[in-house]
This record gives sequence, structure tokens and C-alpha cells, in this order.
Amino acid sequence: MSGVELEVQLTAVVVAVACALPGVFLVLRRMALLSDAISHTVLLGIVLAFFVVEDLSSPVLVLGAATVGVLTVVLVQAVQDTGLVREDAAIGLVFPALFSVAVILISRFAGDVHLDTDAVLLGELALAPFRRFAPGGVDLGPRSLWVMLGILALNVLFLVAFYKELKLVTFDAELAAALGFSPLVLHYSFMGVVSLTAVGAFDAVGSVLVVAFMVAPPAAAYLLSDRLPRVLLWSAAIAAHGAVAGYWLARWLDGSIAGAMAAMVGVDFLLAFLFAPERGVVAQARRRASQRTEFAATMLAIHLLHHEGGPDADRECRVGHLPEHLRWSPERARFVVGAAARDGLVRVEAGDRLALTEAGRLRARGAMTA
Amino acid sequence: MSFLREILFDYTLRNVALGAAALGLASGALGAFAVLRRQSLLGDVVSHAALPGIVLAFILTGSKDTLVLVAGAFGAGWLGTTAVSTIRGRSRIPMDGALGIVLSVFFGIGLLLLTWVQGRPDAAQAGLDRFLFGQAAALVSRDVGIIAVLGAVSLAAVGVFWKEFKLLSFDPEFGATLGFPMGRVETLLTTVLVLAIVVGLQAVGVVLMASLVVAPAAAARQWTDGLGPMVLLSALFGALAGVAGAVTSASMPGLPTGPAIVLAATGLVALSILFAPCRGLAWERARRIRRHGRLRAEAVLADLFALYRQHGSLAHGHPAAVLEALRGDPRAVLPALAELEERGDARRLPDGTWALTGAGRDRAESLFAEPSGRGGAR
Repeated sequence: MSGVELEVQLTAVVVAVACALPGVFLVLRRMALLSDAISHTVLLGIVLAFFVVEDLSSPVLVLGAATVGVLTVVLVQAVQDTGLVREDAAIGLVFPALFSVAVILISRFAGDVHLDTDAVLLGELALAPFRRFAPGGVDLGPRSLWVMLGILALNVLFLVAFYKELKLVTFDAELAAALGFSPLVLHYSFMGVVSLTAVGAFDAVGSVLVVAFMVAPPAAAYLLSDRLPRVLLWSAAIAAHGAVAGYWLARWLDGSIAGAMAAMVGVDFLLAFLFAPERGVVAQARRRASQRTEFAATMLAIHLLHHEGGPDADRECRVGHLPEHLRWSPERARFVVGAAARDGLVRVEAGDRLALTEAGRLRARGAMTA
Repeated sequence: MSFLREILFDYTLRNVALGAAALGLASGALGAFAVLRRQSLLGDVVSHAALPGIVLAFILTGSKDTLVLVAGAFGAGWLGTTAVSTIRGRSRIPMDGALGIVLSVFFGIGLLLLTWVQGRPDAAQAGLDRFLFGQAAALVSRDVGIIAVLGAVSLAAVGVFWKEFKLLSFDPEFGATLGFPMGRVETLLTTVLVLAIVVGLQAVGVVLMASLVVAPAAAARQWTDGLGPMVLLSALFGALAGVAGAVTSASMPGLPTGPAIVLAATGLVALSILFAPCRGLAWERARRIRRHGRLRAEAVLADLFALYRQHGSLAHGHPAAVLEALRGDPRAVLPALAELEERGDARRLPDGTWALTGAGRDRAESLFAEPSGRGGAR
């Protein structure tokens, strides 16, 4: 692995983790799509700030963009507060409009500047190593790596400093207000952090992929754990994995790194969605299947208890009779009997005759009295 | 009038205007259902999710024919909505999270495929990215035809399944008890919506298609409470925004069509939110001012009534200055007196003082007099 490869991957990981951490709170607070809105509207901030300072590498651009990001959230809230438009529609009204203004400003007044919409929407991480951070002539690595490291540090600092408050506001905003925290102040400073992260990341991976990193890893993590610290750790780990795996996928296909990273966090989410230990689709299906078998075994026990010692016991208590009585297919009947025998509820005796065990009687009586 | 002539006779502009109108019409009408069902952002998600389908269709067929690409976009967009509802149904990920994941991951895959195709030696793929940003100016009459036909198909579906879509939007449980297969109705509505969205992609692009689904419907919602009028109005607003945006952008160099259409649609929303009768903010404000004026008049009426009870005569006038001294806000007294006079509750005596009329006394009595306190002053 060459130095350049390492630098790109390192930048990718830092971007991914910086997005994935605040993303957890966005997803938990059901504001995931604000990341979509913010990551588009920061373009307007960049354009406006560019008109003021006329320098594409000025840090003022980042501040301008972050301000417009927060403004987007304020505007969405204001549109919603008129009571005439619902939240989803408010987001869908505000961000395309602001984005359109930005695109028009660019194409009318900044056509000759390197500030095209392609680069904004799509980003190009492969170019990151070409812009160096070299204070005083000492080359310290890619500029965007340092910018994102700074933003990541800010994110971590914010999370550590306001962990308790964020947790409270996320899970019980009313209680937070009652305890005297101001959810509003926290909300907008959090949105400031999100905007700043989006600005920094969008330089590297483009706006749509900011959304991928802010939503997919936290959502996958949310399927893996119920504990907030673990969700945060999982989210960061999945984002980092997506970044590195995406890099190599892009190398292999000779395609967009950002696109490949989004595809990989998508794959990670899919894996979590399918195979998460408790909440995955497979685990749910297995749980449901075992519940169905358990229920059937209990039915079998009740059936046997009912006929046990009766005059028709010899006819009813046979494996071969179950399809007729309980409307199971012969295979299903054999399967349930096998499961019930393994659980020690019934015994299969000679000539396919079924007998209840003491445990089976208990289960049947318990089920009927419950 | 010169615009009209240009629309009629300029080939490109006519195509752009017609195409934008047709697509605004379709996305406006279907957007109404999306907004009512709180799925406004479906447009955003579908348009992003369509990208891998477009590129795949090109890879598989090697053709850049609009119909082929739209078919690919439709397939991927539909898959995207299915993915959203699967994630919603099978996990605890909330709606917005599911939308965000599908939007960004599908788009990422599309981007990866697109860059992969672009990296291949043959240059036949050039122009695929017009779906990303939209190039209304590049619409040829065949494209307009496709937009018109597919838009008509989706509108026809709305007409045929009107009752079902209405039930789905307002009370799906009730629909289910009536025996309608609501799950299938939902799939149908989503399918038609996806169709209307992917058709518009090549004209306005991925980001801005979202707005064409939401904005006309959000504007139309302010003017009416009926579904029929809302869908009609929304289609009309969509077409209007399409034409306005297309024409403006054609007449101003360097003004891209997609953003111009979006800003036109947003302008319609702003106007509707402010000025739509009954719901609009301006009306609300006017109502509040009227209510405020009525309360102010009522307060002065109460004062006049109290003075009347002390003096016991309707002929005994009171100077406005006295009333002003009784009120916290003296400036409010004269307008209030004017309103009372207009209503016939108070009159101005020849000496410039004010007194209740008989009608005003009766009204004040019914408003303010406590049962026990009655009669004493009389």
C-alpha cells in the first residue's frame, strides 16, 4: 500500500466516523432526512461566502456553509410552525429551493470558478491527497484529512461534553425540558455540529454520500444494540469498515470512491438487517418458527391429555392420526412430534403410539389454565 | 406576447415548455397523494434511487434511448420504494431512516456504476449524467411525447382508481373493512408515482424532482379541503411552474431550467401559504386583527355600561377622556368607540360625549351583568 492509498483511506475513515457519530442522534431523533437537506443547502452557504471572500480555500466558506445548514433547520421548523405544511413536506420544500438558488447563483455568476455542481453532489475523494496541508513548508498530509480530523475531534468533544443532555433530549425531550435543560439550545448547537460535519465531509464525498454515512451506519448499529454507547461504537465501526471496503471496491472497479463507500455501508446495513442477532430478519424468522413449533407441541400435548386414558385413546393418540385431527400435513406432524419428543413432552412408543410424559401433562394443563 | 410566439414557433422552447408542463401536471397530481400520505420525500428518494437503474439499463442494452433509460429508472425506483417499505416492515428503523438509507445507498451504487461505465474505453456513455442534473433544453419532441404518454398513463390510473386512492389517503383501515385490497392499492399508487417521477428526471434532474412532487401539492392544499379540487389544482400548479420555469430560463442566459422550475413552484407555495383564503397566513392575521378589534370594543362597552349603571340614564354622556382613563391602552378607545357607534351600541351626543344606545345597553346587560347585581342600578 502506497502512501497515497493510505492517505485516501485514512481520510475516508475519518470522514465516515465523523458523520456516523452525530448520525446516531439524527436517526434516533427521527431527523435523518435533515442530513439530506443540510448536505444540499450548505452549497448555498459556500456560494454566498465565496461571493464575499472570493477565495475557495478560505475557512470563511466552511463557516458560511455551516450557518446556512443551521438556517435550513430553522427554516424547515418555521415552515412547519405555520401549521399549514407537515414536516416531511417542509423539508421537501425548503432544501430544493435553497439548492436551486445556489445552482442558479453558480451558473450565472460563478461560471468561471471551479465550483461546479457535479463536484458538489458527487465529491471526489481520490483528489484529496493533491491538496496538501503544509504549514511553513512542512508537508503534514492532505488538507482535507486535517480538516476532517478537526471536525471529528469537535464531534467527539461535543458528544462527550453533552452526552447526558443529548441522551435525555433524544429519549425524553419533555423530561429534559422539565429538568431545566433547554432542548432548543442543544438542538440548534447539535444541528450546528451536524452542519459543520456535512460541510467538511461534502467537500470529500459529496452531499448524497454524507447522507449515506449519517444514516446507514447508525441505522445498522441501532439494529445491533439497545445501549447508546454500543450503538455509537458500532456506528463508528461500521462507517470505518464501509470506508475502507468501499475504497478497495472502487479501486477494483475503477469507479467513484464515494459511491463505492455508500454502496458498502449499504451492504453493511443489509447484513445487519438480515443477520442482527435479535432484530435481524433471520433471527425474527427463527424466533417465529420456534414459537410456532412450541405452540404446535403444546397443542399436541393438549390433544393427548384430552384423550389420555379415554375409550378412543388407542385411535387418537397415534402419529398417523394427527393429520386428520389437527389438520397437519404428515410431514408437519412427524416434525412436531419429533420436536415435542426432544423437549421431553411426549414419548413415541411401539406402533407409532404416543404417550404424554409428566412434563407434557404439565405443559398442557399450564396452557389450558393460563 | 412575444413569449407566446416563441413558445409556439421556437422548436426547442416549445419542447421544453410542453415537456415541463406535462411533467408538472403528472407529478403535481400524484404529488397530492404523496403529500397527503406524509410521503412527500418519496420523490426525493425515488429520483435518487433511479440512478443505478438508468446506468444498468444502459450497460445491459448499450442503448441511450430515453424509453430504455426511463424503464431502467422505473425499475430501480420501484425497487427503492419496495426496499423502504421492507425496511419499515421488518425492522424498527423509522421511516425517515429507511428513506435516507435507500436514497443514499442506491445513489451511491448508481454513482459507482456510472463512473465504472465512464472508465471503459468506449465513449458511448456520454450524456448519461443528464439524468443527474437534468437538461430540459436537450428535450427533443420524442422525449416530450414519452413524457406526455407516460404522464397520461399515470393520470389515467388516478382517474380509474380514484375511489381506492382516496380511501388509501384518508382511511386505509376503513378501505380494508370495505373489502378493498389496500396493500395492492398502495402498491399501485406507489408504482404510478414512481412512473411520474422517473419521467421527469431527464428534464429537471435528481435533486429538483423532489420539489416537483411536494411543492405543487403543498400549494394546492392551502386553497381547498377537497381531494378532487386539490389534485386538479396541484396538477395545474405543477404545469404552471413547469412552463414558467422553462420560459424564464429560456429567456435568461445562464439560468438553468431545473432550478428555475423549482423556484417557480416554491414561489407558488409561498404565495399560497401567505394568501390562500381561510388557511393563508395573511387571512389568519386579518382574522386576528378583527378579533382584537372586537375585544377592544367589548371592553369599552363594558366601561360605558358601568358608567351607565352609576348614572342610570342613557342620555347622560361621558367624554372620551374618561373612558381613556379607565383603559390601560388609551389609544385603543377612539377606534373602539367608532366601532361601537357603527354597530349601533353607542352614540355620540351633540356635546361630543358618548353614551350607550338602548340596543347597546341590552347587549351589555346580556354580556356583563351578573344576575345578583341586576336591578340595583336600575
